[in-house]
Order: sequence, then C-alpha cells, then structure tokens
Amino acid sequence: MAEPKRQIPRRMDMMQPTPRPLPASPPEQPRTGDRHTSGVLDAIARGERVESRIHEQVANEDPVLGIENFSLFYGPSKALHDVNLRVPRGKVTALIGPSGCGKSTLLRSINRLNDLIDNVRIAGDMKLNGDSIYGPRVDVIELRKRMGMVFQKSNPFPMSIYENVVYPLRIDGVRDRAMLDEVCERSLRGAALWDEVKDRLHASALRLSGGQQQRVCIARAIAAEPEVLLMDEPCSALDPIATGKIEDLIWELKGTYSVVLVTHNMQQAARCSDYTAFFYLGRLIEYGPTETIFTRPLTTETEDYVSGRFG
Amino acid sequence: MRRVADPQQTIRARGEPMLWLCGGALATCLLMVAGLLLFVGWNGGATFWPRPLMAVALRDGSTLLGEVTRDDTYTPSAERLAELPDEWRTAATVAVQSRGGTAHRRLLRTGNTGDHFRWVDDFAVTAETRPELAVVIDRRASVEREAWGKWYGYLDALLLDGEPVATTPRDALARIAKEHPAAMQRNERIESLREHAIGRLADAEEEARLAIRRADLRHGANSPQHGLAQAAFDALRVEQVQARKAIDTELTALRTENERWQLRLRNADGRTEKLHLADVVRIHAPNDLSLAGQLSVYADRWWEFLTAAPRETNQEGGVWPAIFCTVLMTLLMSLLVVPFGVLAALYIREYAKAGILISAVRVAVNNLAGVPSIVFGVFGLGFFCYIIGGSIDSLFYPERLPNPTFGTGALIWASLTLALLTLPVVIVSTEEALAAVPSSMREGSYACGASKWQTIRRIVLPRAMPGLMTGVILAMARGAGEVAPLMLVGAVKLAPRLPFDGDAPFFHPSRSFMHLGFHIYDLGFQSQNSEANKPMVFTTTLLLIGVVLFLNVTAVWLRSRLRRRFVGAQF
Repeated sequence: MAEPKRQIPRRMDMMQPTPRPLPASPPEQPRTGDRHTSGVLDAIARGERVESRIHEQVANEDPVLGIENFSLFYGPSKALHDVNLRVPRGKVTALIGPSGCGKSTLLRSINRLNDLIDNVRIAGDMKLNGDSIYGPRVDVIELRKRMGMVFQKSNPFPMSIYENVVYPLRIDGVRDRAMLDEVCERSLRGAALWDEVKDRLHASALRLSGGQQQRVCIARAIAAEPEVLLMDEPCSALDPIATGKIEDLIWELKGTYSVVLVTHNMQQAARCSDYTAFFYLGRLIEYGPTETIFTRPLTTETEDYVSGRFG
Repeated sequence: MRRVADPQQTIRARGEPMLWLCGGALATCLLMVAGLLLFVGWNGGATFWPRPLMAVALRDGSTLLGEVTRDDTYTPSAERLAELPDEWRTAATVAVQSRGGTAHRRLLRTGNTGDHFRWVDDFAVTAETRPELAVVIDRRASVEREAWGKWYGYLDALLLDGEPVATTPRDALARIAKEHPAAMQRNERIESLREHAIGRLADAEEEARLAIRRADLRHGANSPQHGLAQAAFDALRVEQVQARKAIDTELTALRTENERWQLRLRNADGRTEKLHLADVVRIHAPNDLSLAGQLSVYADRWWEFLTAAPRETNQEGGVWPAIFCTVLMTLLMSLLVVPFGVLAALYIREYAKAGILISAVRVAVNNLAGVPSIVFGVFGLGFFCYIIGGSIDSLFYPERLPNPTFGTGALIWASLTLALLTLPVVIVSTEEALAAVPSSMREGSYACGASKWQTIRRIVLPRAMPGLMTGVILAMARGAGEVAPLMLVGAVKLAPRLPFDGDAPFFHPSRSFMHLGFHIYDLGFQSQNSEANKPMVFTTTLLLIGVVLFLNVTAVWLRSRLRRRFVGAQF
C-alpha cells in the first residue's frame, strides 16, 4: 500500500454514499396504480411465461453484449427462462437477485464456462459486439480471450504475481519481454495494485492478502483488454476495506471496460452500477437504470427485494 | 438440579478406551519398526568392529585361536558325555550337574582352513588367554593357494627375498604398514591390466570376429566383404601379439616384485606357514589395538565395503557395484514409470468422461497393484527379455547369436518390469493429486482463454506436482526393495562389468547387474559358508535400508520444495 493513511479514510468514506451518491433508500410512498402488481410469483407458480419489465433508458444505450431469448437447462431442470438482456457498452451492469436465481449461471454462460459441466443444454443465443457466442462455428477459446472474468473466491495461480497477470498473454504465446512488462504494469495499475506489489512482482501471488489476491485476479482479467469484464460476486469473500477498494476499482474501470457484476449485496449494486437487472427464479424480472430500480421499481417483487422484504 | 453422570457413560463419552486402542496400535507399529531398525542396525553395524582374539587350550591337548561369534547354553545328552575320553568325563559330568544339567558353549571362528567355526564347551577348556600379539589377516584368494578369508595366528617375521627384515611381531607389523600400500598398488595395477588392457584387446578381437560373421550374414561367405573383414581380423591379431607381449612383461614384473615380500606366520598349533604380502588385504592385532586403532580398522572395513568390488565369491570385499546398480535401476525405473503413469492418470482424470469404462479401468489399475511381484518377473522374462529382447537381437545383433545381447536379463528389462510393477502406485496417487487441484483454478485458467492442455500444463500439473512426487516416492520405495522379479530379469550374483563405464557408448542397458536385495539373498542362502556370511547379511540389509532411505529422503526434500513453491501458504 503506497499511501495507506490517505487511502483507508477514503475507504471509510466509501462505505458511506460517497464518492458516488448512494440512492436514497426507497421512499415511503404509497403504491400507485401504474405499478405492476399482477403477481409475478403467482404467474411463475402457474408455470406461465413472465414478461421482463425493461426500462426505456436501456434501449438508448449502445449494447456491447446482447442476450437473446437465452434459456439454460441443468439436465431436466430449467435454470434460466428466456432471458433478454442488453449490456451497455462502457457501463457497469449489476445482476442482483436471491440465491439460486440464476444470475451466476447467466454470467458463466456469457464466456461459456458452463460448457465444462456435463448435462448443460442451452437455447437462444448471445451476441458479443454482434458476433454470436453460441453459434455452431464459434471457437470457445478465442471467445473467452475476448472476455475477462473475476471469480467469487480469488483464484490466483500458483506462480509469481507477474506470471499471474501476464497469463492470458503467455497462453497466446507472447514472448516479448517488453510487451509483457508493459501489460503487467498497465494491468496492475488498472487494478490499483501496482504501488503495493511493484517491488515484488516475482514473489508468489499466493503470499498476498485476500484483497490483493482478488485484485491480482482483476489485473489478470483486464490484461488481455477484454471487451466485457465479468465479475462474479468479487467481494463476497473480502473484508469491508478490501471490498471498498474493489468497488472503487470497479467504478474506475467503468468507461474503459463494460462490466457485468453479479452481487448479493444490494448496497454494492447501488453504489457501483449504472444499470441493474433483478433476477428471480431464473427469470429476468426487471432491468433498468440502477437509481430507478432502487427508488421507483416497476414491479412489487423488485421493490420487495431491494427493500429487503425477501431474498 | 444437577445430574450426576454415570461414570461408565462418561468414560464412553470421553472415548478413552478408543483413545487407548488407537494409541496402542500406533505405539505397537512404531515399536515394531524401531525394533526392526535397531536389530538390523545393531547386528549390521557390529560386523566390522575388530573383536578380541581368544586362545583356548582344550583338554585334548589342542589349542584354538579365534574370535567368539556367539554363545549359548544347551543340555548335553548323556551319549554326548559318554563319548568323552575317560580322563575328563568325570569333570565334565560334575560341571554339567552343577549347572543343573546344562552346559555353556561358545562358537569360535577359527578361520585358516576348511572348518571355519568350532563350538567349544566350557568343560573342555583347560586355559584361555587373550594373546596380546595374535593377528588376524584378511586374505585374498590367489592363483596358487585356494584358501582365503580370515587367518588367525601369530606373526613371526617379514621376509624380503627369503631373508627376514623384521623379526619381532611389532617390528614386522610396523614394516608391513610401510610396505603394504605399495603391494596393494601393484595388485590394483595387475587387476587393471587384466580387466581393462587385456579385456580391451579381447573386445577388439571379438568385434573383428563379429565383423567377419556380419559380412558372412549380409554378403555370403565367399564375398569380397568377407575377405576384407578376414584381412582386418588377421591384421588385428598380428597387432595384438605385440600389445599382449607388453602387457605380459609388465604383469610378470609386478608379480615378481610381489613375490619378494613374504610373511612368516605361526598358527595356534605352532605350525609355521608363509604368505605373500600381496595376498594380505588387511592385517592387525586386535588385542593390541587402542580405541583409535579399533575405530580406524572399523572405518577402513566400512570404506572397503562401500567402495570396493566383491571378492572371494561375494563373501568378502565390498558391494559398490550392487549399490551403484540398485540406485541406477531405481532411478531408471522412476524415469520410465513417471511419464507413463502421469499421462495415464491425466487421461483418466482430465480427458475421459466418467463412466463404466473408466471405473473398470480404475479397478483394474488398483488390482494390478495387488498382483504378486514374481508374476511381473515372469511377464518381464517372457515379454521383455524373450520377445522384445529377442527381436532386437535378431534385428540388430544377428552376428552374435546364439549368444543373446538384449534377449536375456538386462538392466533395462529389470527397470521396465519394475516400472510396470509400480505403475498403479503412480497412477493412483497422481489421480488423487489431480483431483485435489481446486476447480476454481482450472476455471480461472479457462476464463483466460486457455485450452485444456495449456491449463493442465501450466496450472494443474505444477499444482499437483507435490502429490505426484508422493507417488514417485512410494514407487521408488517399492521398486528399490523388490527382489523376486529381478531374479528373473537380470540381477546376477556377480556382474563382471557395471552398466555404466568408460567404454563407448558409456551406458550399457543390456548388461546384467548386481542388486543389494539379491545380494542379501545370495549371501544368506546361496553360499556354502552361511555362518561366516551371517554378519554380512545384516550389514548388507542395513545398507539396503540406508539406500532406500536416502532415495526417499531426497524425493521428500524435493517434494517439500515443490510444495512450498506451488501450493503456498494460502490463508
């Protein structure tokens, strides 16, 4: 840590609604008639198709990733039901929802990590910058190189920090030392870790603290300049200070990268994201700008969830 | 209200009987292992210690000189006592009766000729002393004298050209200490001339002879190639005559010099005999040695044991070839088994889809580990030696047939057989190590766009390396101690040449080899003089344990290094 004294207080601020204003908790206002109250839960229980409520603002954004009618089955059971989602370019999109709602499954479907699991079938398609992800002639390896992924539990490889970060380049066969050095520094700076590890790049990544390890993973994920950065609850195993650093980082990565963030933590979604998608029982219930989702959601289910009434 | 626990219940709840049972089982295991090591260590370690010499005068007038190797108490039968001469039967009977019908006796190693060991009953002894200047000599077998091994007696003088140059025992010992190294050097030179110089000539001649045969086989007996090879052979013969003459001259000179020095000796009965200094491997007077002297003899004999080649049908000298070949074979085996085992485990764990077939393969691999090792030996002999080796011979060495080159027991076939034997161990432990690599790491790698093989090579294998090393350690421990299959596929009592030497191509995998385990078996059960070999059996066993321990400790050290590097102190 280069300047811990300055950083930690800032971190504490971060817990509060700065530097990005935290949307005020849902205002205590009576439900109005235009609100969707038809009872999505009942519809799901009856096995009916549930229409997602997509806010208009989403349509104005330039999509980097389009998920089109995507369904996924684990054996006989359907885990995702006809999801339609357009991930805007250069923004942070949070996927929230209670456990088992399929948000991680959807994230892992984007870079086709679910291919590794037996018995998984899918229907529908996704498009990364217009290129099909599930098309018949797609090279999965090449596809994954266009995305970066950060996992719930930090998973640095058993090698040095340097080698961890340049791993995506190494597997591409890059040998040029200068290029590797440059990518390593750029990625570590991008992951706000450079100042802390620049003197021990060749020490084992496993010796770092949990938060640092997760930032090594983020550096690794952005090393190959991915078109989309997928983050699967990146802070769930971290303490508040480390969490704050990662959240800061997500905020900084925005613009340069398009981030899809799965989170359990609604405050995190509120603090970090531009758009929020609420999933429930494998369905996309509502999708719109974060502020609207948290303050004036269109469905009661979303409101119940974001205000902590269930989930 | 306070409930008072039933004491029976408490003890069961606290599980103390189980604690004692488990702890007791562990303690018994440790005790057995420690007992084994102590027993072998004690018996093997004491072999080379110079023991005091004992001179005993017997009632029948004879005198024996030797070292006590063991003693026991037995009940002499009435007939045994009745056989004794009249004049001391009474005394013996009284002695036996005073001990409640038992007698004490000692086994005396008397060496010299023929009968090496004598049981001496205490009641048959009239006097016993420890003569200060009695000497024990380790003798080499020589061309003109069959007797070898230990000689116990007294040193009278050292003779040069038949004339005494030192006449008191102490002077003679001092003079011998001065002259002996030179004699040993001459011996070594003779050995080296006989083995290398003459051996090389013989090899060259054999090679030329084979060239003729090769020409015959390829081009026919009347071909010009045959003529050329024959001419080369004749030329070589002429050339060799000169070389052989030079060697013979040197040999004769060395032998003549050796024959100038002689020891005049007197045995326990007072008979004198002469012995060439060159035939003495080691001479010392154990009763006269200080502690430092004893230690130096002890160290010297260990050194010879560890570094020299065996002499006198393996019963004396060292076991260096056996040590070398045991280690070499074990390393070669590891080198062969690790790639095979790891690749097989990789396929089973990483590539194959789980199913009945894979389960069946796994069961088969585990069962393979339970097959008796001699079965592998039989397979190795039949498949590697006869089929593969025989094919190699007929393809590449047809001129040497019917003498087999690869088509018989060989280092390479022994290593392959043991590799097969230890394959299940490596596969099972590698599989476990692979399974223990967290799936989060694989996913992390796949998410970076790595292919399956890149993930295996860069992430999974390094991470599984310590577990893989465990498999190698287990395989080495099993392979180094295995004897039964080796007897069929290449271990021999005495290998004239090491499989690794200065002659091109330096490594000769087709040679048969010596092995410590087989050496133990051979010493203990295959030689005529098992009583004399018993200490050597223990010493060789101690050495085998040491070698296996050394190999394992090296592997464990390597593993801990890898573990530090790849598994790390996560959380």
